[in-house]
Amino acid sequence: MSKKKTYIIVVIIFLLAFLAGNLIYPQFLKLPHFPEKPFKLGLDLQGGVHLVYQADLSEILEKDKGKIMDGLRDLIERRVNLFGVREPVVQVQGERLIIELSGQVDPAQAVKEIGKTPFLEFREEKENFQEIIEKNKKVAETNEGVFEDPFQASPLTGRYLKSAVLNFNQTTSKPLVSLEFNDEGAKIFEELTGKNVGKILAIYIDGIPISTPTVQEKIAGGKAQITGQFTIEQAKELARNLSAGALPAPIALISQQTVGPILGKISLEQSLKAGIFGFISIILFMILFYRLPGVLASLTLAIYTALVLSLFKIIPVTLTLAGIGGFILSIGMAVDANVLIFSRMKEELRAGKSFSAALEEGFRRAWPAIRDGNFTTLIVAAILFEFGTSFVKGFALTLSLGILISMFSAIFITRNFLNIFIGTRFEKIKWLWK
Amino acid sequence: MEINFLKYRKIYFIFSGILILGSLISLVIFGLKPGIDFTGGSILELEFKDSRPSNQEIREKLSNFDLGEVILQPTGEKGLIIKMKDISEDIHQEILLKLNEKWELEQKQFESIGPIVGQELKQKIKIVTILALLSMFSYIAIAFNGVPQPMRSWQGGAVTLFILFHDVLLPLAIFSLLGKFSGVQLTIPVTIAFLTVVGYAINNVVVVFDRIRENLFKTPHRGLDLRFEEITNLAINQTLSRQINTSLTTLFPLIFIFFLGGETLKYFALALILGIITGVYSSIFLAGPILVEWVRKRGF
Repeated sequence: MSKKKTYIIVVIIFLLAFLAGNLIYPQFLKLPHFPEKPFKLGLDLQGGVHLVYQADLSEILEKDKGKIMDGLRDLIERRVNLFGVREPVVQVQGERLIIELSGQVDPAQAVKEIGKTPFLEFREEKENFQEIIEKNKKVAETNEGVFEDPFQASPLTGRYLKSAVLNFNQTTSKPLVSLEFNDEGAKIFEELTGKNVGKILAIYIDGIPISTPTVQEKIAGGKAQITGQFTIEQAKELARNLSAGALPAPIALISQQTVGPILGKISLEQSLKAGIFGFISIILFMILFYRLPGVLASLTLAIYTALVLSLFKIIPVTLTLAGIGGFILSIGMAVDANVLIFSRMKEELRAGKSFSAALEEGFRRAWPAIRDGNFTTLIVAAILFEFGTSFVKGFALTLSLGILISMFSAIFITRNFLNIFIGTRFEKIKWLWK
Repeated sequence: MEINFLKYRKIYFIFSGILILGSLISLVIFGLKPGIDFTGGSILELEFKDSRPSNQEIREKLSNFDLGEVILQPTGEKGLIIKMKDISEDIHQEILLKLNEKWELEQKQFESIGPIVGQELKQKIKIVTILALLSMFSYIAIAFNGVPQPMRSWQGGAVTLFILFHDVLLPLAIFSLLGKFSGVQLTIPVTIAFLTVVGYAINNVVVVFDRIRENLFKTPHRGLDLRFEEITNLAINQTLSRQINTSLTTLFPLIFIFFLGGETLKYFALALILGIITGVYSSIFLAGPILVEWVRKRGF
C-alpha cells in the first residue's frame, strides 16, 4: 500500500472519529447545525416500571384470541397514556401484555389504573350550560382558551348497575346498550330524570362522553338505553365491559419490576465509572507493555469507543445495565486483537525480520486467531439474543455490536496507523517496538 | 527464554484433580442457589433515611405477612434488600406502609416474578445453554479438522471439551460456596456470564492447539527434529504472553465493574472474572500437558 493512501485513510479515520465524538458529546464543541440526539436509556438506568400481565383467554375462541389481545392493548394503551410518561410501551407477547413506563411513575398507581374496571357515570348539565357551550364554540373557532366540560357529576354511577346488554332499536334496528339498575339505582335514576326533563343527561365512560341523550320524561323502573354512533361490535364490547368489568379478558399481574429514578441514576454513574477506569487501565497496560504500538492501539481503542457509542445513538440501542456491561466487556475484548497482532510482531522482530515484514507477518498470522476468537463469542451472543429476556438481549446486542466494530478498528485502523511508521526513523528505534 | 511447562505436569494434574473433585463435592453438597428470576419471588430494595434498623426489628414488622422464607441483606450504609416469595401489588404496598409506620424510607427497587415466569425463564435458559454448547462442540469439531500426526483431531476436540468443563465447573463451585455462605444466587446475569465464558475460553485452548499444529507442519521443512512434547512446550511458550495479555485486558474492566459497577453487575462480572482466570490457567497448564500425556500413551 502506498504511503499516500495510508495518509488519506488515517485522515478519514480521524474525521470519522471527530464526527462520532461530536455525536456523543455535542455539548463540548457546540458545533452549529450538529444533530443532537440523547442516548436511549433502559428502565433500569432512568427508573421506571416494567409490568407483565397474563390475560386469561380460556373463555375465548382460538380465532378471537388475537383480536382480544389487540383490544386489551389498545385499552391499556389509552389508560397508560393518561400517566403522561414519555413513550410508554405496551406490547402483546402471546397471551401476555408487557407494559413499560419510564421516569417518575408511582407503580402502585399504575397497577391500579391499568387493572381498573371502566367507570360509568351519568352527568347532568351545569347551571350555565348554554353559556359554556357558546364559550366552547368560540374556543373551537379561535383556538384560544380552554374547553370547559358543560356537564357535572350526578349521584348515578356504574356502581348501581345491575346489567348491561346489547339490544337493537325496534324501528331503526340500530344497536344500543340497555342498562338495568338495581333498586337503589332505579330510585336515583327516577329522581335524576325527573329533574332533567328536556335536558341532556350525558353518559360518560372513563371520563369520556359516550352518548348525550336528551331526557324525554321521568323514567321509573330503573331501565335506560345508551344509544350512539356505534357498530354492533362496539355496542357489544361496551355492554360486556360495563357488565363484566373493565377489559375484554381478565388480566393478572405476573411479574413486575420497579426501579426508582435515584437508583437508576446511581446505576448509570457506577457503570460509567467502571467503564472509564477499565478503559484507562487497559490503555496504561497496553502502553507499558507494547510501547509505541500500545500507544497506537490505545488511540484505536479510543476511536473504537467513539464509534460504538455513536452507533448506540444512531441505531438507537436502548442502553440497559446489561448493555453497558456488554459494552465494557467488548472494550476489553477489542484490544485482544491488537494483543494478538503485537505479540506476533514482537516475535517476528525478535526472529530478526525487518519492520515491514514483521508487521505484515504479525497481521497475517494473527488473523485466523482473531477471526475464530470473535466468531465463537459472536455465536454465543447470537444465541443469547434469541433468548429474549430484556437483560440478556441488551447484553448480547452491545457485545456483538462491539465485537464487530472492534474487528474493523483493531485490524484496519491500527494497521494504517502502523503503516505510517514504515520507512521512517522510528522504525529503527528498537525499544519503541519490542 | 523457554519455560518447561511439561516437566511438572504431574503436579498440575494432581492440583487440578483436587480442584475438580472439590468443586464436584461442593456442587453436590451445597448445590446452587437459583435466583428469583428462575424460581419466582420478590426482591424489595429499600433505603432508610436515618439508620438501618436491625434485622430483628424488620422481621418483627413483617411477621404478620405470609412471605415464605425471608432473606434480609444489608447494602451500602442505609440500604436493605428483602427477598421473599412472589407477592401481589397489594401486599407489596401493605409492606411498605407497615415499614413506613416506624421508619422513614424510600423504595429503590422492587421486583416480583411469578412462578410461571420463573419456570419459563428456566426453560429458556436451558435451551440457550444447550444451543450454545452444541454450537461450540460443532465449532471444535471443525476447528480441529486436519491436524497432522501424531495428534488426532478428535483428541484435540476431546481435550478442549474437558477444558471447557473445567473452566465452567470451578467458577460454578465458587458460586455454590458463595451461595452457601453469603447468599449469592445464580441469576440470569450470572448464567449469561458463564455462557460467555464458554465462548471466550474456547479460544485460549484453540490458540495453543493451533500453534502446536503450525509447529507440526513446520517440523519436517525446517529440520526441526523435535518430539511432540517439545513442540507442545514450544507452542505453550509462544502463546504465553498472548494468553496472559488478552485475559488481562479483559479482566481489567471486569474488575472495575465488580468493585464499582453496582449490585446488578457485580456477580455477573465475578462469574466472568473467575471463568477467565480459570481459562488462562487451564490453557497454559492443562490443555497442552493433557494432550502430550494422551498422545504419548498411545505410543508416539
